[in-house]
Amino acid sequence: MAGHSNYVPQSAAAKWLESRLPVISLVRGSFVDFPTPKNLNYWWTFGGILFFVLIAQIMTGIVLAMHYTPATTMAFDSVEHIMRDVNFGWMLRYLHSNGASMFFVAVYIHIFRGLYYGSYKAPREISWILGVIIFLIMMGTAFMGYVLPWGQMSFWGATVITNLFSAIPLVGEEIRTWLWGGFAVDNPTLNRFFSLHYLLPFMIFGVVILHVWAFHTTGNNNPSGVQPKTKQDTVPFHPYYTMKDLFAIIVFLIVLCWFAFYVPNYMGHPDNYIEANPLVTPAHIVPEWYFLPFYAILRAVPDKLGGVAAMFGAIAVLFVLPWLDTSKVRSGTYRPLFKQFFWIFAANAVALGYLGAMPAEGWYVIFSRIFTVYYFAHFLVILPMLGFLEKPRPLPASITDAVLKGGSGKPAAAASAPDTK
Amino acid sequence: MAHNTETEDPNRRDFLYIATGAMGVVGAGALAWPFIDQMNPDASALALASIEVDITAVEEGQSITVKWRGKPVFIRNRTEVEVEEAKSVPVDELPDQLARNANLPANAEATDPNRGVEGKENWLVQVGICTHLGCVPLGDAGDFGGWFCPCHGSHYDTAGRIRKGPAPENLLIPPLEFVTDSTIKIG
Repeated sequence: MAGHSNYVPQSAAAKWLESRLPVISLVRGSFVDFPTPKNLNYWWTFGGILFFVLIAQIMTGIVLAMHYTPATTMAFDSVEHIMRDVNFGWMLRYLHSNGASMFFVAVYIHIFRGLYYGSYKAPREISWILGVIIFLIMMGTAFMGYVLPWGQMSFWGATVITNLFSAIPLVGEEIRTWLWGGFAVDNPTLNRFFSLHYLLPFMIFGVVILHVWAFHTTGNNNPSGVQPKTKQDTVPFHPYYTMKDLFAIIVFLIVLCWFAFYVPNYMGHPDNYIEANPLVTPAHIVPEWYFLPFYAILRAVPDKLGGVAAMFGAIAVLFVLPWLDTSKVRSGTYRPLFKQFFWIFAANAVALGYLGAMPAEGWYVIFSRIFTVYYFAHFLVILPMLGFLEKPRPLPASITDAVLKGGSGKPAAAASAPDTK
Repeated sequence: MAHNTETEDPNRRDFLYIATGAMGVVGAGALAWPFIDQMNPDASALALASIEVDITAVEEGQSITVKWRGKPVFIRNRTEVEVEEAKSVPVDELPDQLARNANLPANAEATDPNRGVEGKENWLVQVGICTHLGCVPLGDAGDFGGWFCPCHGSHYDTAGRIRKGPAPENLLIPPLEFVTDSTIKIG
């Protein structure tokens, strides 16, 4: 933060501003001079990518709102109006809708990076918890955004998700009616979803500031998981990581643009080009791909309240993760057993995503149940036990040590074995 | 000492702090309520007109779907086979043993007569919303010859009772009456 900058204002104007609002030293301390571990790999660029995508979503969203009408009789047509009549409307909408998908691609990579390198462990618990909160708000924002075009998937997705709340004992029905503003998903629902869809990204922005503030207070984690000890272990954020992040953002943009310009509807669903009809449910309702693993967990439990509890529990367990993982070693690089379970967990999550897209019958249900149990077992059984059962490999003495001895991912070279610590 | 009254525990100062704080909480709650309650159904949503439906054209074995309160309502003229099938199921074999009929007491059993209207046992009128997560079930489908919800696989029988799948309750019977033999009033 500001304390990391040795900036001294030179010009009269800068001195005048600094003595009244030290914003220049705050920005320099946070994003220019900030000492960053020198061994961050490309998995670490996804934080910067996510910040970029958030800004891009807010910008495209604000201009789309200038042309969209949040009323059931006009919403569907106004989206088609954006696609056909508004100048560059097609491009802005496709960038916004595919941007949402790519936002989730980036956030899932970012989360799994944190899981692998133990970024949730002390002293970064608060940063991790704020991250889970951002993830939750993101899911709410994406869900409400998907309702706005008022197609069949919009309508029935909204119906199914709002009905989840009716599973809450005693007050569930009242909460559902309150969310709807009526007795079914209807005009009041669409109106309030539009209002909240506009609000929530700014709330995400606020929590992102706290998220960054928290890990700038503790310092970044890094692939070795060892805290920086000397000045040799860090480099200034600018130009080293501004350039690295910028390069990653450009590569990411190429992928986003390929989707937005060449296969803009690949991640969408054709049924959403049919206007919402409260009397007909599409034969096969699926949520957007980024919700599929959680949807599979919802359907795996043969009980309404139980399914909803499991689905929310799948995210809630992330909040307590810093206290479930008993290992003192942060980075998975030095944890031979954890490393294997990490990849099993990742494959398990992808498998749940696949099952979420399949109909809820036969073997699909049975496998959904097995994988759901494993999902929870990973956090509640495997991680707590691994800390006791696993014998971690020796940690490097410092980040510099980890970098110089053949990279953080490989065992120390045989030649340097005698002085391995 | 003269100052003793100031330090006694609890003293008047504590009382004033607590009373002020309590008033502040009440005031904040009173101010928050309009912001919360504005999201509840408004007067226009609550002004529910009941609807009257002419069922003359619905032959035996046919169904129609009408819209009431923004929701689909299934009106089915059941065949004799369907009625017999529904009657033959013992109530204690049902996952939900309550009739869920708005025209009967809440504890009425889910027998076939309790799902219908007295003397009109071939007619079945129910809200066409799956009690799981609100999809519209498909008619003439599922393992029990009634309705099947494609979203999460709930099967309903020929009396609209849940038999298999994640839905917790039987399909809801709305408030209804036969105005004439060929006209139903819903709501």
